[in-house]
Amino acid sequence: MAIDILMPALSPTMEEGTLTKWLKKVGDTVKSGDVIAEIETDKATMEIEAVDEGKLLEILVADGTEGVKVNAVIARVGEEGETVAAKPEAGEAPKPAAQAAPAEKSQPMAQASSTVPAAPAVKAEADPDIPSGTQFESKTVREALREAMAEEMRRDGDVFLMGEEVAEYQGAYKISQGLLDEFGARRVIDTPITEHGFAGIGVGAAFAGLKPIVEFMTFNFAMQAIDQIINSAAKTLYMSGGQMGCPIVFRGPNGAAARVGAQHSQDYSAWYGMIPGLKVVMPYSAADAKGLLKAAIRDPNPVIFLENEVLYGHHFDVPKLDDYVLPIGKARIHKAGKDVTIVSFGMGMSYAIKAAEELAGLGIDAEVIDLRTIRPMDVETVVNSVKKTGRCVTVEEGWPQGSVGSELAYQIQANVFDYLDAPVGRVTGKDVPMPYAANLEKLALPTIGDVIEAVRAVTYR
Amino acid sequence: MAVRPATEKRSRASSAPSRTQKSGKTSNPTVNYQVAEFDKDDEFKAYRDMLLIRRFEEKAGQLYGMGLIGGFCHLYIGQEAVVIGIQKALRTGEDQITTSYRDHGHMLACGMDPKGVMAELTGRRGGYSRGKGGSMHMFSREKQFFGGHGIVGAQVPIGAGLAFADKYRGTDNVSVVYFGDGAANQGQVYETFNMAQLWKLPVIFVIENNRYAMGTSVSRSSAQTDFAKRGESFNIPGEQVDGMDVRAVKAAADRAVEWARAGNGPYILEMQTYRYRGHSMSDPAKYRTKDEVQKMRDERDPIEQVRKRLVEKGWASEDDLKEIDKTVRAVVTEAADFASADAEPDPSELWTDILR
Repeated sequence: MAIDILMPALSPTMEEGTLTKWLKKVGDTVKSGDVIAEIETDKATMEIEAVDEGKLLEILVADGTEGVKVNAVIARVGEEGETVAAKPEAGEAPKPAAQAAPAEKSQPMAQASSTVPAAPAVKAEADPDIPSGTQFESKTVREALREAMAEEMRRDGDVFLMGEEVAEYQGAYKISQGLLDEFGARRVIDTPITEHGFAGIGVGAAFAGLKPIVEFMTFNFAMQAIDQIINSAAKTLYMSGGQMGCPIVFRGPNGAAARVGAQHSQDYSAWYGMIPGLKVVMPYSAADAKGLLKAAIRDPNPVIFLENEVLYGHHFDVPKLDDYVLPIGKARIHKAGKDVTIVSFGMGMSYAIKAAEELAGLGIDAEVIDLRTIRPMDVETVVNSVKKTGRCVTVEEGWPQGSVGSELAYQIQANVFDYLDAPVGRVTGKDVPMPYAANLEKLALPTIGDVIEAVRAVTYR
Repeated sequence: MAVRPATEKRSRASSAPSRTQKSGKTSNPTVNYQVAEFDKDDEFKAYRDMLLIRRFEEKAGQLYGMGLIGGFCHLYIGQEAVVIGIQKALRTGEDQITTSYRDHGHMLACGMDPKGVMAELTGRRGGYSRGKGGSMHMFSREKQFFGGHGIVGAQVPIGAGLAFADKYRGTDNVSVVYFGDGAANQGQVYETFNMAQLWKLPVIFVIENNRYAMGTSVSRSSAQTDFAKRGESFNIPGEQVDGMDVRAVKAAADRAVEWARAGNGPYILEMQTYRYRGHSMSDPAKYRTKDEVQKMRDERDPIEQVRKRLVEKGWASEDDLKEIDKTVRAVVTEAADFASADAEPDPSELWTDILR
């Protein structure tokens, strides 16, 4: 039976083209791979190769025909001895294919009218209850992070730590101190200074089902590896139709350090917070650091765990429990209040908390929310608070445009616009690269004063 | 075992293990033309497997032309001997495979269902990624095929990470990472070479040198065009192989797999190969002459080489070969029909598989 040769589309956007020249004539035998014609697309002259074999029975579109629609029949091939069975309309000359209707697709493609289904609702779990009588002990964030890793490595042999100076040097910031002694060089692995490479190796190991903790000496260096984090770790579950998990934690200090200049002082919370397929955690207290890092290591998804160098040495009360795991995606009300909601996370909390203390002296009772997780974001806790207070100020060290505060402001106006008594205030780092000079650095970062000023603005006091 | 530099390794390789024989070709002294001995069954299987890739790719090109396949579509026509020769040396379902976006041949070689591959190309729900990955992003845990990666070179550390897992777990599996002469200039490839050798990871780097990184020939892009030497400063052994002869590929793969499986660390195989089609469907390939392509098709075609041997040795008649072609075409037609008739993903799939 004769087989139609159709005008091919040869680029993602081509709709029609010119049939420049036939390289075979009626009666010629063609086989797979033979170039039979040349066509001119909007970009280039291309060759058409035969796919089906046989004798060229008929040419329907002549050399030099312009505007030939994609999928128009341009020729027919068939078996030796075969003739063209029945011409479409006997007696009539073959229509130029330019006017021929495109061949119908064998199956309907996407209907333009199909509506976008609603995104599934995400419900954050509540923190587990801490049994009454539980003792608390004062620990630094550094100790809490170390304990979280050690406990999870004891619990699961598939968990391992890799990064620069994590093993023999005992950690550039001493987070991994002692882990090499306990777990050995098989599970606590010093890498060369090669972020892109070891992030990719970590992703591959996670594809194979291991649970790597990849430490970046700081997140500034993770920009060398951001392709592997976003294109490989975050997107592969989706691109594989759910086949390929990537249970990996990328962790390390993030945000402004002190006097290290622009390249070593930057907050990535909003950057990673944008990416579907990632979870992004940024704890403030030692208890949250411990409970959330343990959760991150157990999570079957890639988790970005943003720590802070300045906070590493700060002490907090941590519950003395065998297995303290917190839910990712749940904000924590650090201090209840009724006049204004201050939302922050990570290092920003230290400004928010001190500002709230000073505001109390001014007669303003602030509710302070620690977001803890940037993605998925616990919008519910924030909007419930704003329903009560009618006012909100967000606080973070990152830059203003596209900040976490910008997203919070959007969510608040979309969800509880009618409850707002003032525009949402936003305190961020200044819109400049971090300067080195001590005085300029101080000016570039948010301050307690900035938070107080923003709260006074939204409370009109 | 001490790691030998590439040159020593090559000479070791040419000391002719019993399963190999000389093919008599001497056109390029640095390329290893030594071939594995193929019996009748081996030749038949290689012929059928390579023909399946060729016919599949021709059909994919046709469906692209009809608008059934969208976006980018990178065909593997001409390079079939590489994946078929390598796969013959592997334990399918145990050894891991990772490659670039020119991945259809690799998936068929490791036994993935042509229907599922083609349906992914057309973006239908029966595709390997349920229509959400496309031509460049497909995976099969069952066959240990880990993609299908769209970012040039990104699969290289990922493949080494799979090898890391093999070593961590104490198995003797190996991981094969395919990448092109273009990807061979990416920085993360050398970061990976360093760590793979440092940690003695069981990974085989197969550089498919098809001479053009999109439109840039190797001589215009590479200061060192002997890709087998790209691992020399890391003491990774490497060899250049005639990638158009499936038997030469198999022989080289046997050496590399034996090396990596025994715990000696990584190994580099530069496969000298050629793609007949453009970089993608919309590439008119003006950067090379028609004669160059035609000469390669006429003189070096990997499928034609096997066909000739089958006929010359009297192992197959023209009718036998026609019968194989017919069977292969039927498989491909079935795949194309399925991929054209299958439904698109349900709209609810928009929101699935983002997180576990």
